[in-house]
Amino acid sequence: MENKTSNTNFFKKFTNKIGSMTETNLLLTITITVFVLMYLGAMLFLQGGFLTPQNFFQMLNENATLIVLACGLSVVMITGGIDISVGGVTGLVTMCSAVYLGEDSSKSMWVVLLIALGIGLAFGVVQGLLVAYLDIQPFIVTLAGMFFAKGMTTIVSTKPTDIKHEGLMALKDTKIVVPGMSYVNSHDIRLDSYVEIGVLIALFVVLVLFVVLRWTKLGRSFYAVGGNSQSALMLGINVKRTKFLSHVLCGLLAGLGGFLFLLHAGSGSPSNGGGYEMNAIASSIIGGTMLTGGVGNIIGTLFGVTSLSTIKTIVASAGLQDGWWTGITVGFMLCLFLVIQSIVVGRKKK
Amino acid sequence: MQKRKISIKNLASKQIIIPLAALLLLVIFNLINDYTFFSIEWGQNAAGGSILTGSIISILDEASELAILAIGMTLVTAASGGQDISVGAGIAITGSATLKIIFNPNFGEGTAVILAILMAVLAGVICGAFNGVLVSAFKIPPMVATLILFTAGRSIGSWILGGGNDNATNGIFLKIGQYIPGIPIPTTILVTAVVIILFALIFKFTNLKLYMQAVGINSQSSRLNGLNPTMIKFLSFVILGICVGICGVLNTSRIGTINHSSCAKDIEMDAILAVALGGNALSGGKFSVTGAILGAYIIQFLQKTLYKIQVPASALYAFKAVVVIVLVIFSAPVVRESISRNWKKLTSKKSSKEVA
Amino acid sequence: MNKVLELKNIHKSFPGVLALQGVDFTLREGEIHALMGENGAGKSTLIKVITGVYTKDEGTISLNGKEVSIKSPQDAQKVGISTVYQEITLCPNLSVAENMYIGRTKSAVQNWGKMNEDADKILQSLDIPAKATQQLGTCSIAVQQMVAIARAVDMDCKVLILDEPTSSLDEQEVAKLFKLMRDLKARGVGIIFVTHFMDQVYEVSDRITVLRDGKLVGEYTVAELPRVQLVSKMLGKDLDDMADIKSEAPESQVADSAKVIEAVNLSSDQGIKPFDFYINKGEVNGFTGLLGSGRSECVRAIFGADRVTSGVVKKNGKEIKIKKPLDAMKAGIGYLPEDRKIDGIVGDLSVRDNIILALQVMKGFFKPFTKAEANKFADEYIKLLGIKTASADTPIKSLSGGNQQKCILARWLLTNPEYLILDEPTRGIDVGTKIDIQKLVLKLASEGMSVTFISSETDEMLRTCSRLVVMRDRKVVGELKGDDLNQTMIMNTIAGGASDAEA
Repeated sequence: MENKTSNTNFFKKFTNKIGSMTETNLLLTITITVFVLMYLGAMLFLQGGFLTPQNFFQMLNENATLIVLACGLSVVMITGGIDISVGGVTGLVTMCSAVYLGEDSSKSMWVVLLIALGIGLAFGVVQGLLVAYLDIQPFIVTLAGMFFAKGMTTIVSTKPTDIKHEGLMALKDTKIVVPGMSYVNSHDIRLDSYVEIGVLIALFVVLVLFVVLRWTKLGRSFYAVGGNSQSALMLGINVKRTKFLSHVLCGLLAGLGGFLFLLHAGSGSPSNGGGYEMNAIASSIIGGTMLTGGVGNIIGTLFGVTSLSTIKTIVASAGLQDGWWTGITVGFMLCLFLVIQSIVVGRKKK
Repeated sequence: MQKRKISIKNLASKQIIIPLAALLLLVIFNLINDYTFFSIEWGQNAAGGSILTGSIISILDEASELAILAIGMTLVTAASGGQDISVGAGIAITGSATLKIIFNPNFGEGTAVILAILMAVLAGVICGAFNGVLVSAFKIPPMVATLILFTAGRSIGSWILGGGNDNATNGIFLKIGQYIPGIPIPTTILVTAVVIILFALIFKFTNLKLYMQAVGINSQSSRLNGLNPTMIKFLSFVILGICVGICGVLNTSRIGTINHSSCAKDIEMDAILAVALGGNALSGGKFSVTGAILGAYIIQFLQKTLYKIQVPASALYAFKAVVVIVLVIFSAPVVRESISRNWKKLTSKKSSKEVA
Repeated sequence: MNKVLELKNIHKSFPGVLALQGVDFTLREGEIHALMGENGAGKSTLIKVITGVYTKDEGTISLNGKEVSIKSPQDAQKVGISTVYQEITLCPNLSVAENMYIGRTKSAVQNWGKMNEDADKILQSLDIPAKATQQLGTCSIAVQQMVAIARAVDMDCKVLILDEPTSSLDEQEVAKLFKLMRDLKARGVGIIFVTHFMDQVYEVSDRITVLRDGKLVGEYTVAELPRVQLVSKMLGKDLDDMADIKSEAPESQVADSAKVIEAVNLSSDQGIKPFDFYINKGEVNGFTGLLGSGRSECVRAIFGADRVTSGVVKKNGKEIKIKKPLDAMKAGIGYLPEDRKIDGIVGDLSVRDNIILALQVMKGFFKPFTKAEANKFADEYIKLLGIKTASADTPIKSLSGGNQQKCILARWLLTNPEYLILDEPTRGIDVGTKIDIQKLVLKLASEGMSVTFISSETDEMLRTCSRLVVMRDRKVVGELKGDDLNQTMIMNTIAGGASDAEA
């Protein structure tokens, strides 16, 4: 008897808790739950690679760039904007760096990092100025940004260029062992799980942004402006500067993303970063960021990227060999998430 | 009837001045650079028929899909306040649907073409309806909702054709994308003209424009005036779907085959650009379809001009971006206001001098 | 008393409009100063100049004797000027506490613990029913408004501007707000109070400044300016018009005229209890009750604006199906909604399109009016109702509130309805237009139209209606007509007398 009442009490508390959650936290919870369920499901039913911890870390290795780009996009989207130039900027950075380094190992890697951040910053500043201070629609501005980056990439060089710079290659091949995550492979050999340097940088970015968005004045301004920019202005927030900074931040992260791309792939090519903007937007949305602004969470974005990657791996290892299945499943998953979000948020409003 | 006063100030306040000015600039530039740009000559096509050739003809030809899409995109933008980014992927779907019928050996050439066109439009309507439901019923922002088909569309296209991708040999079908014997201009131009005239008639004989504007500006008050905003938003996506269907036919009939990863690539971006260049606010509300169509041709005109001055195809993007930014900056309300303010100051100084 | 805020010779113009022409304004320490004027008199412009939303073209603003330059809302906050606007200017996606503190903390880092604690203290001390950690969007509009005031109060401001703060509050909340205002006054805060409610001005204010057509009419103490005087100063004319209406007020209508519209056991998804309602031909009746008592929800249910959950609507005794507004429109019902900006106007469309919209929709998708027809309709009603607009092509959003309302009225008159519902047609518009509208209602009724008139101002309803349905807590609690139609009876019925003790 008592047990039963405490159970119903617990249930009530639980539903109350969900009811009192902010939209941001609710969507975050959904994202994480879905990711965990999906991954567990894959481990149970598909087994194979999913049973090894390295499968998970490899996912991070391959998506370090995307994580950083999606983080930048989340910030812009929380502020109520959009930036579709990030993929183009990533490509441009890799191409410029590759052409700069060439086969000459004596050149400094710091310059490469500088190139990356410089290009990103330039895009961020110009786009930010146009969006925030001239009040031009962010979609159009960053669309032009994307075109410009794509065009410049081919102007710099049209040939895919492999980098043979020793320092960079050394960094690229550095594997950082994840402690306590060793496993035995099918040949009974004990292997350590590892991540690349890019992953550490990406996770660091996630951490920093998480702190910034939650505990700083600037971070809260992003949310306020995205929630209602008119009100934010009346509340004494410098709306233009906030919008400007969100684009600068996104641009910088796009530049950094280009650097990470280089660290992972080790080559520059006009096709690098192609379609990344949409992948980043998709990850952000799956992670619970709403394009209408004011709602979103960086941790969610991280899980958005991993969810997207997991579904692709699942499709590939479920024996659906034809290339088109990936696109269709990702589209389906996006659809599912959007509908869930729309229902959840709609119900809360009532 | 009252006579409308036309003054510089009046004209400057109209959004359509921007695309017109851009067009004028392009024309002047080309006249100075190489006036033969505008010459139209008789030539022969592969089939031996005499046809008209020249840059202007090819601009009109190549901008066909973009112009048709711009119409639908304007309506979606107006009614829903967002954009459909899945039209490129949509063309991959409708194009595949077209070819699926064309490749079917059981139909005669004529029947196949009619069926194919119907099939393409149907596929377009389904895509539009899918986007429309997500936007109007589930209240998902259009850009996000259409991201789904954007991601999946090209894959769905290859799934429809199931990998079997030949070259179409259906003569009637290929005439749509090329020439009809005896008519010296590309058929696509005729198709586009027909579509534009059709829409002009629709706007004239129905309340589509008023309804879409009302819903786009204030959907709540539209509802209280007896409109059904959900239905109208949905309708705008379906209309765009029809446009996508037509474009699918045009696109595949040009070369008789389809490349799913590259067909109509980035056309969604160009279509949205055309809408914006036409002086339409991307946040919805009042709209001008004429402006958007003009915008589409300007984009193609610009592209052609850049080719002419030997900008490599791959670098085209960068130049396009610069032009877009300049255009957009000049059409930004903030900039226009400050320009008109300075203009006023200038003219007032002038007039005071004259008085003195 | 010290002068806290002093404005001298303020000028501000917009393209084509001289919004303020040499306005002076003085606010003293510890006073509540009402700023009065018709719509378009320049009140909001003046407020926005003080708060830095607009920059003045000319003139000086001094605070405690020192001239200050205010270029943005932040500047205003910094020098101690806080504002609470009519529309909620908070962020619905943030928590209550954040909304109280965002944009005014110095440190770059946010201390959630301390902020929530401080916020809770203030909320408690002001008796506001909200938790610091609650998301603002989940609070009622009234609570949101109070949070905005709490924010201003906590900012230790010297000047507090309340721009129509009471328009979305019910009586108890207004009383609470007034108590708060008096507290602040005692602490030496100067308060500028902008409102359309005359009672409230006389209840709390010490001084009144009247503006008209962007110019200063004068500054008066409340004692030296009786109500009638105030109204005539705002209008710039004597009040014969008002008297006019009273003499026209309907005697009781023909009793045995047919019921045009009848609702039986009607309820909607907006939480109103099922109610019965009828209206006779040529009758003007009204719904009265406090804000939030369900007045609007009742008429919205009749019009099909909300989802109807039970009951039937009959027209001339025959049952009609109303599932959406279009059904109601086809049955000859017109509805002028409560919130003009959200439910009424289509801002970017021209005056002409706004006027013909409803009739056009009724006529059908495939039958657009020709330009000539549309212009004829628009010009006719612009003239008939005296709508002040540059042309029929002007976007409606650039018109003043009163003229916008007239356009919406024109829209429904154009459909020639048998039954017209006017939900707060006089809210937020100037006194002159209010009178025009009341006169028009009576004229329409005398021509055989049935009208339901809803207003927050009881005297308006007494002047126009021959029968009042009284509502409380989302249900109909009484009906008043004939000799019962007076302030006291209405108040008693709203408050719930002994006769209604079943609760």
